[in-house]
Amino acid sequence: MNEIFHLQQDIQFTTAETILEFSYLLSAVFFVVGLKLQNKPDTARRGNLWAAAGMFLASLMTILLQTDKQGHGIQNLGYIFLSIGAASIIGWYIARKVKMTAMPQLVSFFNATGGLASAMISFMGFYETSLQDKGTILVSLLGILVGAVAFSGSMIAYGKLEGKVGDIRSGLMKYVNLLLLAISIGFIVVLMMAGSVTPTVTWLMFGLLFISLLYGVLFVMPIGGADMPVVISLLNALTGVAAAFTGFLYANYMMILGGILVGAAGTILTIVMCNAMNRSLLNVILGAFGGSSGAQGEEGGVIKEIQPSDAAVLMAYSSKVTVVPGYGLAVSQAQHTVHELEKLLESKGVTVKYAIHPVAGRMPGHMNVLLAEADVSYSKLVEMDDINPEMEQTDVVVVIGANDVVNPAAVDMPGSPIYGMPIIRADKAKNIIVMKRGMGTGYAGIENPLFFLDQTRMLFGNAKDSLQKLIDEVKSL
Amino acid sequence: MDAVIQFLYAYHQEIFIVVLATFLGFELIASVPSVLHTPLMSGANAISGVVIVGAIIYVGHATDWLNILVGSIALFMATLNVTGGFVVTDRMLEMFKKKKTKE
Repeated sequence: MNEIFHLQQDIQFTTAETILEFSYLLSAVFFVVGLKLQNKPDTARRGNLWAAAGMFLASLMTILLQTDKQGHGIQNLGYIFLSIGAASIIGWYIARKVKMTAMPQLVSFFNATGGLASAMISFMGFYETSLQDKGTILVSLLGILVGAVAFSGSMIAYGKLEGKVGDIRSGLMKYVNLLLLAISIGFIVVLMMAGSVTPTVTWLMFGLLFISLLYGVLFVMPIGGADMPVVISLLNALTGVAAAFTGFLYANYMMILGGILVGAAGTILTIVMCNAMNRSLLNVILGAFGGSSGAQGEEGGVIKEIQPSDAAVLMAYSSKVTVVPGYGLAVSQAQHTVHELEKLLESKGVTVKYAIHPVAGRMPGHMNVLLAEADVSYSKLVEMDDINPEMEQTDVVVVIGANDVVNPAAVDMPGSPIYGMPIIRADKAKNIIVMKRGMGTGYAGIENPLFFLDQTRMLFGNAKDSLQKLIDEVKSL
Repeated sequence: MDAVIQFLYAYHQEIFIVVLATFLGFELIASVPSVLHTPLMSGANAISGVVIVGAIIYVGHATDWLNILVGSIALFMATLNVTGGFVVTDRMLEMFKKKKTKE
């Protein structure tokens, strides 16, 4: 029977290795439990701590117990502690000090560092393989490709969210991107054939790294603001996959599991975001939006302005007010002001809710975090599907810096580029107040028929200033 | 073709993990309410810093200065991802928690 069953008696092992492997298993369990707990607002914080504990355990045990095939333990402890120590302090400091409104940038930045680390480890890992085992070579090359794309893509996303990098949109872009992708795959194939490390191989390696970085840049470059939630989720998934590739390289199941969990999470969020816009991922990446929108006919109609004093009266004597926040709220950092208005109205007996569209803002759940920062109770944040049936009974809908997510063209204009996208039915409410800086169109460049409805009034100006005026007026009533 | 078979055989256990982890990941995340999308993404992002383990192993067995240098930079980056990611997620979730106790 010894030939059939995988009997363990001849296998060489050490106690240290066994403890290490089971620590990895425990860490993996911590990750899973942590993610599970992050499903509910009440337990989410604990979940995050579980995951962090898993990471700490895995790192500590690796330093203490990991040995190579010759039985050498971890050397260069000075460098290791220096790197970890410095990065922990800096990471902690940045994460604590950065303003809440800069959250999307920060998430992108940390995503970039993870991608870079994976790309670097894969790059160096390539030279550790004896260039004989094709599987390991492939894994390291894919780690470079995916990690580098995640890194440079996230940095561009970071730049865009900071407003430092603009959009480049050109029909040529998608061909350039496809070409770059084809070239990088070509590099991988050629490198797979290499039998030994020669100067040519090293040149090819740097070539692959460069092309991957360039691809990441050019892939995020054409993507506009409103599509950012999709791209950020996608980049998040890529970093996870890159980490999983390094896990292959080290035959480390915990790294693979952690990376793939992140990859799955990012993929799900990407799909959710795409569904929320009724667009395919390909459509987002190729940036098919915008270009043709000039052909849209001018929406006839008259814009009716409202003064803050009238708006204040309208809101204060309503029974139900719903706020629809968008990126404009984040830009003018008006989250505290809107919360103040909400409290003021509530004290006058008005029921105030927030209608949250899944893609409002620049990252998944952006509006939720923004409003949570201003102390808005999360029970007041209502998802699109739950708020829409209530819209007809709503007295006043206040649209703050949102546009496409309340555009009724998505429902009743089959020719519109955003036709089919689920929207918040602000148009169903009895009164609509739209706060906007000016009459510019939204990201999609589409006229919004909502602005021309009989029950719509426009309140032009910076959202924060307008809200402050409203507060003053409501107080003086 | 041989290379593909060789790859599949050499990594069959890893592939096993990948497939099951994908299902597990989808199951774990599918029911997250949109209120928690940002913290979830940020928390998952921190987990993608598991490459920190690979970086420790790499630096731990590096012998010449170039490998130590590159490995240390990678380790630095991975740790930044881990620490920054977990701390910023905690900071976001803290805001959600606060309201809970208040009401």
